[in-house]
Parts: sequence; structure tokens; C-alpha cells
Amino acid sequence: MDAGDIGWWGVPIAIVGGAIRVSTPFLFVSLGETITERSGRINLGLEGTLVFGAMTAYAVTVVTLSPWLGVLAAMAAGTLFGLFHGWICKFPRVNDIAIGIALMLLGTGLAFFFGKPFIQPSAPDLPAISLGWWSDIPQVRAALQINVLFLIGAALALFLWWAFRTTRIGLVLRVVGDSSDAARAMGLNPDTVRLLATAAGGALAAIGGAYLTLYYPGSWNEGVSSGQGLMAVALVIFARWNPLGCFAAALLFGGAGALGPALQSVGVTQGYYLFYAAPYVLTLVVMILTSSPGRALAGAPGELTVAK
Amino acid sequence: MTRQPSVSRRRLLRTTAAGAALGLAAPFGPRQARAAGTTIGFIYVGAKDDYGYNQAHAKGAAALKGMKGITVIEEEKVPETVDVQKTMESMINLDGATLLFPTSFGYFDPHMLAMAKKFPRIQFRHCGGLWTADKHPPNTGSYFGYIGQGQYLNGIAAGHATKSRKIGFVAAKPIPQVLLNINSFLLGARAVDPAITCQVIFTGEWSLAVKEAEAVNALIDQGVDVVTCHVDSPKVVVETSARRGAFVCGYHADQAALAPAKYLTGAEWNWANVYKMYVEKLLAGQTLPNFTRGGLADGFIKMSPLGPAVSDAARKQFEATLADMMKGSFAVVKGPLKNNKGDVVVSSGQAFVETAIELESMNYLVEGVIGSTS
Repeated sequence: MDAGDIGWWGVPIAIVGGAIRVSTPFLFVSLGETITERSGRINLGLEGTLVFGAMTAYAVTVVTLSPWLGVLAAMAAGTLFGLFHGWICKFPRVNDIAIGIALMLLGTGLAFFFGKPFIQPSAPDLPAISLGWWSDIPQVRAALQINVLFLIGAALALFLWWAFRTTRIGLVLRVVGDSSDAARAMGLNPDTVRLLATAAGGALAAIGGAYLTLYYPGSWNEGVSSGQGLMAVALVIFARWNPLGCFAAALLFGGAGALGPALQSVGVTQGYYLFYAAPYVLTLVVMILTSSPGRALAGAPGELTVAK
Repeated sequence: MTRQPSVSRRRLLRTTAAGAALGLAAPFGPRQARAAGTTIGFIYVGAKDDYGYNQAHAKGAAALKGMKGITVIEEEKVPETVDVQKTMESMINLDGATLLFPTSFGYFDPHMLAMAKKFPRIQFRHCGGLWTADKHPPNTGSYFGYIGQGQYLNGIAAGHATKSRKIGFVAAKPIPQVLLNINSFLLGARAVDPAITCQVIFTGEWSLAVKEAEAVNALIDQGVDVVTCHVDSPKVVVETSARRGAFVCGYHADQAALAPAKYLTGAEWNWANVYKMYVEKLLAGQTLPNFTRGGLADGFIKMSPLGPAVSDAARKQFEATLADMMKGSFAVVKGPLKNNKGDVVVSSGQAFVETAIELESMNYLVEGVIGSTS
């Protein structure tokens, strides 16, 4: 440890590093939710799926010593949660938001229950790639320790953006999301599409959880999520149901979250509670600036209960 | 304020269920149903195996479980809200607890005080609250350990280990006990080298895993090479520091297993002694003390065994200071001492030994600590 005094340079480095470190759960949950919402359903239960995925990934890794098996197990658990949500919601007059809240409580409760024996043990971490080899500054190197899941998430955002626009599956998803009647006229079954879309969303959200327990902060405890799954669901609206927007929003939230500790570390110590509120203030400002009483949110799928 | 109902929901449910099962009416309340002996309730704010604050208390509670005639009941993850009042009420009404230990800082005022007024025959002892005879009910009280001594010893180990002369502290909230710990940590390090500074980062909450990890990263980015903390579960701080290559001093419980090579030492609670003392007094029919305090010499706190990275010089100074503290009346905070805004807070010749009550209302960070209390 021969760190030079980098002073105020620590703040931008911390924001970049924080954006990369903290954003991955936001990214996966919001991408998952984008798929689900594009099919015309809202799954608010992703916070529960995230926490349950976090616990499952950690528990499986502690037992098998393979973090990738942990990620796979989390995906399986997330898929189950998604299928459950999609299955209940296909019944008439079932409110998807209410079911989502119920599943959120169920997921966190089950995770706390099954996770009890796994608070103490340590599990091996997911691998990270060092992209800071070009720099002599240890802080830069540390900030550019990039986890594989972050890269996968970034690639996935790009892929989903392309797939929504140009592939048949993307088109089917969008049709179902915009008009059930049109979808039925095309011979599609909206319930099946939504079931699969919710399952995919659940699987992605659970990967976000796996990142929390297997990389950063890298251990399972009951406060590991502290509401990140819920924030990510809100990010989808912020990102206008666009996967690339999700990526940007996740980075923004990650970076804003790093602002508070980074400013304190360079001696800006007054009013840290305000800095901690920065991401939320930012969201409010953007939402207010871009909303209009006269029309639905641009980009909102027509079948969404909140857009109707 | 609305009046609280005198029968809690759980009590009502239980009495009706029991009444239905036995075919009896309400007069047979839970008190009759309770087994002989004494029931003691412990309330934790987090999980009781969190490698930290709650685990330390749960270990103390576990030490009571073998005692004859004692039943220990516990509830974890109770928020510092009106929820804890409900928990206390149901422990009293439902389980027949006669002595309660609500262990988290925020339980004291107003929650425990409200319950103590409502149940004047039940004893309440709170961890860390500043109990005063003229302000608080006689059936309440508080106990705490002088863990600042432990942080001073942590500071000595850190002062020898640091190369950058910058040490770091991840703190939850700027309350007196946390401020005393931060100041003690720095003063311990300055006993080794007066040029050392301590950077503090407040996370704002007792348990916020991601923010704690970010705080450690921010500290290490600024050249800090020894980190300690005062949060409920130090696991994240210990693991993240070790992963970044910094040394770490533990808190609350022994975290050496999480970072065997980087763990210097740690300030640990030893609550079993304290809880046993209360229970022995209770069983002997004596009145329980209202205000209980103790330090290293009293066995209220202890230090983790020194880690492999501790040098011989560090070990010598550590052990000498520890021996001084074991004699009692060791003053960590002594004049002349300025706060980090330049005002004199302890004048020359003045010294606060660990028992000094002034330390429990500390509201400043001493010179050399970079940080602010608001």
C-alpha cells in the first residue's frame, strides 16, 4: 500500500468506481423488470426475488464452493418466483401490483428464514477482471476491478435494446404489452407471453442478488439489499422502458451512491445526510421535469396497469 | 397521543385461544399459565449471529440459559420504533418476563421509558442509555462497558501498523458512544505517533452493507491503511478492508476468522459477566443496580488476541497499556485537548478516567480526526 495523496481526485474516481461496483444489482433488476413491463405487467416483487436470489446464491456457494453454481441456483429460484407471479396474474381480476407486494414480502421472509445458517460462513467470490493495468495509481486500479457480471449486464442491455427492436420475440413482447386484443388477433396468447416475460425478469433480478452476496459487498446478511430492488423497479420508469436507459440510470444511481462517502473522505463532512439523499432528489427532479399531466409517459407499454 | 390499548393483540389472541381450548373464560390469563421460575427477555435490533453488536449480546444471553430456574426469551430484528414497545408488552403479558434487556440504543427513549411507566413492577435494563435518577423511572436502568478503552488499544495497534499515518473509521451515527470510540482510536494511535490523523465516514445507519463497503473503499482511496468501525455488523468492513489490502481492527466481537492475515486486534464485549451479575442479584432477591458500568478491569470488555501482523514494538506498548488499564483509573481523554475545530474541550491538567460521566455526553471529535458530527 503505497498510495499517493490523490486528494480531490478521489471524488471522481470514487464516483466512477462506485458506479461500476454498486450499479450491477440495479442494472439486472431493472433489465428484468423492463422485459416484464414491456409485456404489459408490473412485478413489484423483484425486491423479494433479489433478496431470495442473494441468499440462494450465497448458500449454494457456501455448500458447493462454486460461485457460478450459486448464480445458476439464484436464477432458478428467481424463475420460480417469476412463474408464480405470472401464473397468479393470469386469473381474471387479479391485481399484478398487489401480487407483487405479496411476493416481495414472501421472498424476503423466506430468504431470512432459510438464510439464518448462512450469515456466519464465508463464501468464495465471483471473479473480477482488472482493467486498470494501464495505470500506476492504485486507486484507479481498484476502481477498475470490474466484475464479470457487470460486463454481462452491460452486454445484455445492448442485446435487449437490439432484440426489442429487431427480433420476432421482441416484437411479440411489445405487441402483447401494447394491446392484448391486437396480440390475440395475431394468434398470440398474452398470458403465456407474460408468464415467460415475468419468469425471465425474475431470473435476471436474482442475478442482481447473487452479485450482492457473491461480489459486492460480498456476504449475506439480512440488510444486504436495503431496498435496491424497489429502487430498480422505479428506475425502469426513469429509463422509459429502454434497456440502454436502464444501464445509464443504474450507473447514475451507483455513482450518486458513492458520492456521500467519497466527499466525506476528502473532508467535505458537513451535511452528509443530504449527499446520501442525492440519488432520490435526482430521480424526483427528472421525473418532475419529464412528466406531463396531459399524456401518458412516453414509451410506456399500453397494457400496463399504471399507464391505462 | 392516543391511549394505548391495555391488552395487546397477541395477548388477546392467546387468551381467547387458551380459553377456547380449555373451555374456560378469560380470568385464567397468561400469568397462571406460566411455569415457575424467572423469565428474562432480550430484544435485538438485528440478527443475533451478525458477527457484531447483536451477536455479542446473544452470547451473553446464551450464558444464562444453563442457569437453574431461568428462562431466556429472545426476539431479533425488532425496529427502534413502536414495534419494540409491542415486543416488550407481549414479552411481559404473554411470556411473563419480569426482567427485560432491550439492547439497542434507540429503544431507550421513548420506547422503554413508556413501557416502564406502564409496567412499574417489571424491571428494564437498557444497554448504553444514560440513566439518571431524577429523570427516569426507578424500575429502569442502564449498563454499558467502557469500550473506548478497547478502541484506544485498537489505536495503538493501528498506530504501529500504519505507514501512511492515516487511519480510518467507518461510523454509523454521531452519538456520544461512537464519538468516544473514534476519539479513543485516534488518541491511541497518537500515543504511538502524534502525526497520525483519523478519517471518519458516517454512513447514517447501523447496518447498511453497500454504504459501509463504499466507505471503506473511499477511505482506502485516500491512503488510509488501517480501518476500524462502529456499525452493528463489522463483517462487511473487515472483509472489504482486507480485500483492498488494508489492516483492520475489529469491534463488538472477534472477526479474526474473516481476515486472519490483516486482523490486528479488536475491542469485544463480554456481556455474559454483566447478565450473570443481574440474574444472580435477581435470584437472591436483591434490588438490581440502576446504573452499571465497567471496563477491561471489570471484565465487561476484552480484546481479541493480537494478529500475526502486529510487530513486537506494537505488542509491547499494547500489553503495557493494557496492564495500566487493568489497574483502573486510566484516562484516555486528558487535557490539554482541542476538538477538530480548534476549541479547547479538555483543559490542561484535566483528565477523564473511564468512569467519568462526562464522557457519555461527548459531542466533539478531537483534533486529528477529519470529520464532522453533523
